[in-house]
This record gives sequence, C-alpha cells and structure tokens, in this order.
Amino acid sequence: MKEKADVLQGTLALMVLKTLDVLGPLHGYGIARRIEQISGDLLAVNQGTLYPVLLKLEQEGAIASEWGASENNRRARFYRLTREGRKQLQVETKDWQQTAAIIGRFFAAKAEDLP
Amino acid sequence: MRFVRRFLARVANFAGRSDHDQRLREEIESHIALQTEENLRAGLSPVEARRQAILKFGAVEAIKENYRAEQRLPWIESLLKDVRFSLRLLRKSPGFTFIAVITLALGIGANAVVFSVASALILRPLAVPQAESLYQLFRGKDKAGDEFSYPDYRDLRDRNRSFDNLVAYDAAIAGLDTGQNPASAWVELVTGNYFDGLRLQPYLGRLFHTSDEHGANSAPYIVLAYTYWHSHFHDDPGVVGRVAQVNKNPFTIVGVAPPDFHGTLVFFFPDFFVPIVNAEQVKGEKYLNDRGKRSLFCVMGHLKTGITPQQELADLDPIGAALEKSYPKEDSDMTFTLERPSLYGDRLGAPMKAFLTGLIVLVGLILLAACTNLGSLFAARTADRSREIALRLALGATRGSILRQLFTEATLISLIGGLVGIWGSVVLLRALSLWQPFTKYPIHLSVKPDAIVYGLALLLALASGVLFGAVPVGQILRTDSYEVIKAGPGGRVGRRLTFRDLLLVVQIAICAVLVTSSFVAVRGLLRSLHSNFGFEPQNALLADTDLSMAGYSGDQVPGIQKRMLDAVEAIPGVESVGLVNPAPLYAGSVTRLVFTDKTADLRPANAVAQAFLFKVSPEYFHAARTALLSGRSFTWHDDQNAPRVAVVNAEFARKIFGALSGAVGGYYKLPDGTRVEVVGIAEQGKYGSLAEDAKLAMFVPLLQAPSSETWMVVRSSGDAQQLGPAIRNTLRDLDSGLPVYIQTWVKEMDHPLFASRMASLSLGVLGAMGALLAITGIFGMAAYSVSKRLRELGIRVALGAQRKEVLQAALGRPFKLLAIGSGAGLLLGILASRVLAFVVYQATPRDPLVLVGVVLAMSLLGLLATWVPARRALSVDPSVLLREE
Repeated sequence: MKEKADVLQGTLALMVLKTLDVLGPLHGYGIARRIEQISGDLLAVNQGTLYPVLLKLEQEGAIASEWGASENNRRARFYRLTREGRKQLQVETKDWQQTAAIIGRFFAAKAEDLP
Repeated sequence: MRFVRRFLARVANFAGRSDHDQRLREEIESHIALQTEENLRAGLSPVEARRQAILKFGAVEAIKENYRAEQRLPWIESLLKDVRFSLRLLRKSPGFTFIAVITLALGIGANAVVFSVASALILRPLAVPQAESLYQLFRGKDKAGDEFSYPDYRDLRDRNRSFDNLVAYDAAIAGLDTGQNPASAWVELVTGNYFDGLRLQPYLGRLFHTSDEHGANSAPYIVLAYTYWHSHFHDDPGVVGRVAQVNKNPFTIVGVAPPDFHGTLVFFFPDFFVPIVNAEQVKGEKYLNDRGKRSLFCVMGHLKTGITPQQELADLDPIGAALEKSYPKEDSDMTFTLERPSLYGDRLGAPMKAFLTGLIVLVGLILLAACTNLGSLFAARTADRSREIALRLALGATRGSILRQLFTEATLISLIGGLVGIWGSVVLLRALSLWQPFTKYPIHLSVKPDAIVYGLALLLALASGVLFGAVPVGQILRTDSYEVIKAGPGGRVGRRLTFRDLLLVVQIAICAVLVTSSFVAVRGLLRSLHSNFGFEPQNALLADTDLSMAGYSGDQVPGIQKRMLDAVEAIPGVESVGLVNPAPLYAGSVTRLVFTDKTADLRPANAVAQAFLFKVSPEYFHAARTALLSGRSFTWHDDQNAPRVAVVNAEFARKIFGALSGAVGGYYKLPDGTRVEVVGIAEQGKYGSLAEDAKLAMFVPLLQAPSSETWMVVRSSGDAQQLGPAIRNTLRDLDSGLPVYIQTWVKEMDHPLFASRMASLSLGVLGAMGALLAITGIFGMAAYSVSKRLRELGIRVALGAQRKEVLQAALGRPFKLLAIGSGAGLLLGILASRVLAFVVYQATPRDPLVLVGVVLAMSLLGLLATWVPARRALSVDPSVLLREE
C-alpha cells in the first residue's frame, strides 16, 4: 500500500508541474480539477493529498505561490512554475519518456525477437 | 541541491516556528468552497454539494499530518518532545537521577583520568622533532648497564656510522646564583652536540654546539629551560647575555630552550642545561677522562634515515667488542640494545606500562560495574512505571515510541554523567599536574587536557548509556497492558540466583577487599608515623647544604662546617645542632662491607655483613635524639690525627661482637684494612626503608670522613617550622652564595613514607569508588525487589505481618548478597594484606580495630543503600495498595 502511495506522490508532482507549465498560474482546486480531468479517477478520492505535494515542490523551489482572487472573486492561493521548476520539468519529462520508451519496448518484445 | 534546499526550508520553518497550518486551513476552505460551487452548478442541493465536496477532498486530519510532516523536521520534534518529557521525569525523581549520574560520572571520570595519564606517559611523543627515530642506548644483555663513561661515549660517537648524532647527558643538582637568591637548581650536563643532535631550535638567544667545546671547563654557558625562565625570570628576554654563578663559577646565559622541551624524560623537569665539558665546575668531580667512571645517565641519538635498530646494533656491537679488547680493566659487557628514552627504556617503561595496563583493566571493570548497576536501576524504574507504560500502550502508544523515550532518558543520563565525569577528571588532572611528590626533585607528571581522550570518554558514556538503557527493553516488550492493569505489576519473583546477583556479590566482595586493605594500610601508616625510627623527627628541622656549591673544597670544609654549627646553635630556640650525611631513610644511603678484626683476607666473600654508613658530627646523636645504649659519642678531637673510631648500632654489635656488652672497645675492619674502634653503641633504628628488618649501621666522625654535603639536624625547643627563616639568614650571613634547602624533618619523612602513603591513598580512593558502586548496586537491586513485591508486602501487612517480617521479605535477598560478598571480601582482604605488608610498614590485618571497622563499614554501606527501599516497604498501606491495584 505504502509503495503505491509513494509512486503516486512522484507522479503527482510531475503532473502538477506539467499542469502549471501548460495552464500558467493556477490555484490548488484548479490543479486538482485539471489532473482529475486528464487522469480519470486517479485523484477522485483524495484531492487533499495534493497540498503536501505542493508544499514540497515549493520548498524545493520548483514552484512559488501567493494569495490572489479566483475567477469568481474568491480568495485562493495561486501557484506558478519558477525557472528552476521549468528546468526540473524538462529533465523529468525526458527521464519519464526514456523510461516509458524502454518499458514500452520490453512489453512489445516477443520471445522470437531475441537472437 | 533540491534536497538541500528543501532541508534548509524545513530547518528555517522549524527554527522560525513559522506556522503553515493557518495557510493550509485557508486553502482547504477555499478548495471546498470552489468544489461546492461546482457541485451546485451540477444541480446538487446546497447541503449535499458541500458534503460531496468534503468527501472528495479526503481525510483532512491525515492530510494535515502529512502537510506538517512535510514542512518541518518531525524526528527532531519528537526527539525534543522525548527530551522534554524525560527531563521532566528525571526532575520528578531526583534521587534516581542523582545516583545514576554519580555512578556513571565515576566510571567515566576514572576512565578519562587513566587514559589521559596513559596518553601523556606512553602515547604522546616527546617534544623533539622526529621523536620516532630517537633511541637510547643500553649496555649489556640484561640492559642493567644504562650508564656510560665519557671516554666510552666519545668512542661510540666517533666510530658508529648509523646514528645521526650520538648525544649524552648527566643530571646533577647545583647552586645557581643569578644575582638575587642563590638556590639549588637541577641541571642537565649535556654534550656539545645535544641540542643539534635532538634537532632543537632556541626559543630565545642561542643554544650551544660542539664548536663551543675546547677541553675541560672551556664552555661556561647556560641554556635555560623554558619553564625555569618563565617562573624565575618572568619571561624577561634580557637574561640572554647575563652572567650567573654556578657553584661560584661564572657562566653566561646564552639562550632559552623551546617551550615544550624539558629534556627527554617525560616526568623530569631540569631547570637549565650546561655543556658537560664543564662538569668539574658543576658537579665538583672530574670524570671526563676516567673510563671506569660511568656517570653519563643517558646516551641517545636519532637513527639515520633508512637504518633499522637491528642494523644499528650490528654496527655498534663490533665497536663494543673492540673497546672491551682495548680496555679490559674498565670495559665489560659492551653489547647494546636500543630503547625509547622517554621512560628510560624498559627500565621504567615496562613497569609503568604494566601498572597503567592494570589501571586500565581496573577502570574498565569499574565502568562495567557502573553500567550493571545502572542497568538494575533502570530495571527498577521501569518496574515502577509498568502501570504507566501499560496505560500508554493501551491508549495507543507504540512499543517503539516507549522504547525511544526510554533510550532518550538513558542517553540524557549518560550525557550528564559523562560531562560530570569529564569535569571531575579535568579538575583531578590539573591537581595531578601541579603535584610534586618529592619536594627536592623536579619530578612531576604534566598531563595536558587531551581533546581526543575527552571525546572518546563522551562516546564511551553514550555507549554505556545505550548498554544500560537496553536492560529493561525485554520488560517493556513483554508488557501485556491488559494483564498489568488488571492484575498490577509483578507476579513473578525470581528465586534462583541470577547472573546479575552474582555480579553484585562480586562487586560487594571487591569493595570489601578494598575497604579491608585501605583500613589495614591506614592503620599501618598511623602506626609507622609514631614508631621508633632510631631518631625523632618531631620538632626538628633538616637543612641540606653542599659546600661545594659555594666553592669550598678540601681542608676548608670542616672549618666552615664547625662555624655553621656554632652559628645556628646560637639562634634562640635552638636546642642542639648536629650534622649527618646522608640523612637516614633518605634516598642515597651508603653501605660498606665490614669484617671482623681477625679477618686477614679482605675479599668481599669473607665479609661478615654489610652496614649502613653515616658520617656525623659529635652532637648529632643528641640533636637527632638517638639514644646511646653504652659508651660515648664523638668529640671534636676524633679527627684525622686521632685513631679511627665509630659508634655502631645494636644489631651491628650483636652480629660482629656477639653481644652488646663488650662491644665497646672492640675493633672491626673496613675493606681497605683500616681498623676501627667501637666507642659507643646506638639504639636500633631504621636506615634504608621503613619496612626493613633490623639492619646494621655504623656512625663515623665527620672529621675522619669529610663530606661537603651534609644535612644539619636542628632540634628546636618549640615549633621547628618557625626556625626556618632564622637558620636561612644565619647561613646566608656566613656565605651568601650557599644554597640551602630547609624542611621540617616530619615533612621530610614523606619520602620514606611515600610508598605507604600512595598505597593508602590509592586504596582509599579505590575503596571509596568500590563502596559507591556497591551502594548503587545494592540500592538498585533492593529498589527493584521492593517495587516488584509491593503487592505481596501489602497482603502480608493486611494479614498481620510485623515490620520485621516485612523487611525480611523485602530486603532479605539484598542483605544475604551483602553478607556473602562482605564475608568473601573480608577474607580475601586479609590475605591481600600480607602483600600489602611489603609496601606499608607495620600493615597487619590481625588488628581487631580493622576487623570491626570493616564489618561496621560494610553494614553502614548496606544500611545506606537499602534505606530508601526499606522506608518504602515499611510504608506499605494495604488498604491503599489493594484499592489501587
């Protein structure tokens, strides 16, 4: 159980970065909605788990945050990607694509393909 | 990088106590509000919309927990919490804390002291560059011949090819007059190449070199030791170039040696250095050309790079063989070994190392005992807290968190105990460094604080903390909260003898041995202070002078000695004055072989006995209160022109003449054939050491056997101490350049009593340590036993048990162990005292006072240790107890 949560946290962080990269500054609810829309029900149960991840990313310097007003004038905290975060996103995207490609090739390989 | 930044942010949060909780709360609020609006738009009722939003957000408390864990350093926080909690607990039971801290401080302090001393004596290299290649030369197979004659040294120095520079020195005491106060000072007579050979640079001025030597008395130069310059010249750089009188000969101070350098013996601190070519002026004897006179104290040098001690010996031994061949009369046993000079090779090094190893084992055992006792203290404490622990377990605390708290407590105690122990050792070592056991000799042990030793001591304390903290782990892991709360603590009571019991008995036994031995030693010491030495040290002063230091020699000596006697006798308060050399019971005693008058062949094998020889002035017997059993004392007419006479002691008379009567008027012979007439018989006394059997002694007139060094015995009619300044002034009036060493005879008895005193002192210290450890051990065990059986005791009291029976039930076991341990210890102590008798004069265990004292001490110890647990057992109130449990 625990391991699954760890994997989730890692992927969650990457999803947060990508979301902020695509949509620009966004509040926590907006990020959660966006991830929910794209990932299906991965976050359907526990939206709140997002907030520790946001704090962690902020402490690492990948994102920054400040209070602002939402589209319907509600006070909300807005997160935006920093230069550091953009670099991190690039690196992790590349890593992820590499990993995905390797895993993909493994799954595609059949016994007769091997020499 | 990211990691570091995150960590720093957390530390900043932690330190600044900035609270992100408020921010999270607001964010959650806004998140749920946004979701609710969304749900409303989807057509849900307001109540349902908010409910769904909250459901979707998830468990708020868990998220808050995660969030908090993310922003701070949770382990430090819980650690701090544990520390605070433990400190509160420790404050709540000051008795336990005090005993635990003292026990550990004792163990750690003892270790820190012994390891510091070992490090100073053995591990720390000498304060000379490249100390690792410095070796001292020993002569002969059994290394007995450590001393060399100057001509032999010169041949070895010039012919060997593997020493970089072979140097040598001799030590002496000389009169040093720097213009103010003539005083005797310790000097090292060193070869010209000494400082260069040891690769030393001057701190001030210059050092002398081989090029300064041009034959006998050609290099009147002084290099001061740094400490002497510091204490006697107050760091005045102007001393360089000044002229000082050494035994009335002018010497020029040319420089000051480097600060850490004090010769090459770790515990010997000479005051200054002069070239050995001037030995005649400094020591008053010519020996530089006498191959048979072995007066060089130490010959040493740096081996050349790449040369091993074995190669060196292969180089030296042929030189030795050649010397033996050329000088068969003087040289023998010219084979060599190499040793470290810092402790004078194996001669002092081996016993010192053995002694220190013994001490290290001992302090290791003390620490082990301390840890065991702390273990049982902690076990007792955990037993007391078992209900609380069970309650905490029942309320959801993990066993891990309870263990963590326990170890925090143990670590705290070990830290405090370790620091107290280290502080104690620093104080003790400072006192030890200042302590000069022999007032006349510059011998002391300089132990500087050693960061490594203290660091190790603290680590040791922490390791011990973990060790004794681990004792109650099983207790906690086994705790079944349901059972404990239902039934109360402690159903099982151990009946069989456990390993811990055995350890306690051994501890008590060792403590009893030490207590017995120290009682025996102290009693022996007290007795020997008031026993008959053949003279009376009370109310007398000794003034040691060497007239050669003031430039007198030959025929001048008796005249000036007579004037000294007359002058001091005229001082008011002086009852009588006599001279003696050497002072009895003082290091440097002289013995001679004696022959019966009938012996014609005076070979050593035909001698009847060996007798101590004392040269005395006529009034000595009166001044020293040595009773004459028959015959007469000397007069000033027993001089060189008169027949040779002697006063012998009772044992001498018995051994040579068969009986006391008839000895007076008899003759005996000395090895050179001189016939000596016995004119008086003195009472038996102590001459070489206090522990000796009855020895032979003869007293001869100073006029017939002149000596420039004498000890003046001044008998006072009142307090001897007050005569000191008057005697000093009187002697200065006679000759202002004569260094005088004055001490009360009682104080001077410290020398012969040194071994006994040290033995009593160290046994006393060890005994006190042992007693303290035994007390904590018994206390821990008794407290544990009472705490375990509290319920049983309550029931006993309810059933009508008397106080005596309650005590017996609660403390029977500790007292049984105490009795067994003390009995065994007392027996062993009595056996050990036989060994003690070799060191301490008049030490005997067959002394009712000692036996009574030991039994009393051990009972007192038991009473002290069980006082608190006993009070607790007696205060058991069955009604309260049964209601609670």
